[in-house]
Amino acid sequence: MQKIIKIIILFFFLFIIGIFYLGLTKDTNYSTSSLINKDTPEFKIISFDDSNFYTRDDLKKNNYTLINFWASWCAPCKIEHPILMKLSQKKKLMLLGINFKDKNLQAKTFLSDLGNPYDLLAKDKNGKQSVKFGIYGIPESILINKDLIIIKKFVGPLSVDDYNNIIKIIE
Amino acid sequence: MLSNLGNILLFLNVILSLSIIYTANRNLKISEVIDKKIYQLSLIQSTSIIICFFVLIAAFIVSDFSLITVYQNSHSLKPFFYKIAGTWGNHEGSLLLWAIILSIFSFLFLVYNKNHPNKFRLLTLIIQNILILGFLFFILFNSNPFSRISPIPSEGLGLNPILQDPALAIHPPLLYVGFVGASIYFSAAIASLITNYSEKSFSLSIKNWVLISWCFQTLGILVGSIWAYYELGWGGFWFWDPVENASLLPWFAMTALFHSLIVFEKRNLFYFWVIILCLITFTLSVTGTFLVRSGILNSVHTFASDPSRGIYILIFLSLMIFGSIFLLFQKYKKENYDLNRNSKETFILVNNWFMMFYLITVLLGTIYPIFTDALTDNKISVGPPFYNAIIFPVVVVFLIFMAIGPKAKWIKNKFENIRIYFFILIGAIGLNLVILFFFKSYTLLSNFIIISALFLIISSLMDIAKALKKNKLDFARIISHTSFGFLVLFIGLNDIFSVEKDYNIKLGETKKFENYSIQLQTLDLKNYKNYQAVIGKLEIKNINSNQINILNPEIRIYDKPKTLTYEAAIKTSLVKDYYLTMSNIDRSDYYNIKFQKKPLMAWIWISVIMIVIGGSLRLFSNAKNN
Repeated sequence: MQKIIKIIILFFFLFIIGIFYLGLTKDTNYSTSSLINKDTPEFKIISFDDSNFYTRDDLKKNNYTLINFWASWCAPCKIEHPILMKLSQKKKLMLLGINFKDKNLQAKTFLSDLGNPYDLLAKDKNGKQSVKFGIYGIPESILINKDLIIIKKFVGPLSVDDYNNIIKIIE
Repeated sequence: MLSNLGNILLFLNVILSLSIIYTANRNLKISEVIDKKIYQLSLIQSTSIIICFFVLIAAFIVSDFSLITVYQNSHSLKPFFYKIAGTWGNHEGSLLLWAIILSIFSFLFLVYNKNHPNKFRLLTLIIQNILILGFLFFILFNSNPFSRISPIPSEGLGLNPILQDPALAIHPPLLYVGFVGASIYFSAAIASLITNYSEKSFSLSIKNWVLISWCFQTLGILVGSIWAYYELGWGGFWFWDPVENASLLPWFAMTALFHSLIVFEKRNLFYFWVIILCLITFTLSVTGTFLVRSGILNSVHTFASDPSRGIYILIFLSLMIFGSIFLLFQKYKKENYDLNRNSKETFILVNNWFMMFYLITVLLGTIYPIFTDALTDNKISVGPPFYNAIIFPVVVVFLIFMAIGPKAKWIKNKFENIRIYFFILIGAIGLNLVILFFFKSYTLLSNFIIISALFLIISSLMDIAKALKKNKLDFARIISHTSFGFLVLFIGLNDIFSVEKDYNIKLGETKKFENYSIQLQTLDLKNYKNYQAVIGKLEIKNINSNQINILNPEIRIYDKPKTLTYEAAIKTSLVKDYYLTMSNIDRSDYYNIKFQKKPLMAWIWISVIMIVIGGSLRLFSNAKNN
């Protein structure tokens, strides 16, 4: 019995050290390249005012859709907001905002103070829907086309370069 | 020149370590008396490594940019104080600090433990010097602070601005004394296993070292939290960040260790458990270093990370772990604990279970992301909800045990006055109801936490009264236990009564909420030596009492390196803190301000300081008794 325990302890530490070694040799940078050209996942997400649900079908109506994950508590979201406002003027692009783990009132204040760029606004109160899109920090944005193929994913606040990039793609 | 001098001193230290190992080993074979030469070598070793560190400090002071470390972490215009603090504010310099502490502890342990078997002392010295050698090789071949750069740059890159801070200047040295101090009882534990020195007196050889490292570790964690509170601008003081966790892990082990040592000293029980804790503590310290320095985890602390360092520390760590396990397996004998259910020994064992529970929880949360990343390609991060959900409910039970445990008697299975706890509990519940009734309601869990914290506080205070009567007062224990109760109480109340408001505000505009109004009165631009600052003047007015507070949050633009930081303005009083941060919004004349009212913040810090005072009192009384 004692021998078995000893072997288990030994393997336990070997396992941990092995994992540490694997972790070291892995690239720690978050890469989005694996998502490109993939199909948009199935989702059903409740609208911000609780009146209805949005699904993939809602995204087929437009040439391009930019799904933007944001929250009122997120400072970088404020930084990218002016760019979203500018993008909202483009007819070919639909903006779907997903309010992430936020309080309704604060989200409303955010939009009334800074402007509402979104054509569709949904909310993901506990962050479960966003997991399907591979979101783990906000802001993140995903650009998809009519066929629901992911064209680009932006991690962090949209920059002026990102804006120009999006414009180039949709025009 | 300084580079050569530093390198020579490092080599000298390698030679000194090797000769200490050699001499001590020979001494071990031929004689029972410790050769005077060993003392001398050990003293020279400590002195030369300190001089080596001063050489590095000198290089920072005179801005000798021929050294890569100075070039990367300093700048000729940096204030004098931060030039010095910059010495250990980077990976290479801080490793040198490790080596210093390893050497000094090695020397002091040798000098201050004359009553213990010489074989044990010599072997401890040998093991400690093997550790020192490991670190010296790491410094020399991977992270040499004296490496040169050519051509010599005319100016340095500067120190990360958020590190240019008084608290952060003392945070690493404090923490290192804790982290690295654990090395000496790691070495002593190995030596004790090899020489079969398992008598009660073994505990006397290490208990003060455990206490010293524990006090410094606690202070280091405190200073780090205070820094995070005012510098990171989130208004929190603990984020369950992987690196914060790394400093907490050895702390749990140390806390368990010095409680177990009490039993070992008194009853000669738990010998192997004490040894395991000694080994775990330093192993966790090195694991923490591995996690921070290798860049395997992302956190606010990974300012300097490099995988090649990781490999080196990992090899070092593996040798430590497998060496210890191998030795332990060879020497382990089953111990029979014949404990009475209500004896003091049992309660201390219970304390240890709790500590191990916290340790495993935090360890799991910290390294889980590495596992999922390495095995499944999924990146996840374990955040505060995990820790809060698992740790806090258990704290409730822990506090109750912490209140009752010290009253138990050694060996005996008897409790005096069980009924009194019932009254204390009623008192605690009553006080909790008072808070609930007069202020506001809070969650069920918060209720339990407040009640159990009050329970611990009241019963500790009653201990004082009782002990004063008998004239037998264990100040150290009472102060640290009571303060821990207060710490949990204040953290609980702070969490419950904190208010947070977020506004976008223009110059001259006023926002109102509850009985407060906030006005952004002016914005100033000021030039400082190493940065420019936009300073806001905001008036916080309590409409009921007409009390006015002016807060000046800053947006700082540092030149070297070019960085933007947001400095919180904090008004501290004994009752509450006002906490305000301001950030600019691009292409708009609005500023985003985040206002927080945080009650009893100062008392959280004071409680931790009191816990440390408790620990130091024990240290002093031990010193007096020896």
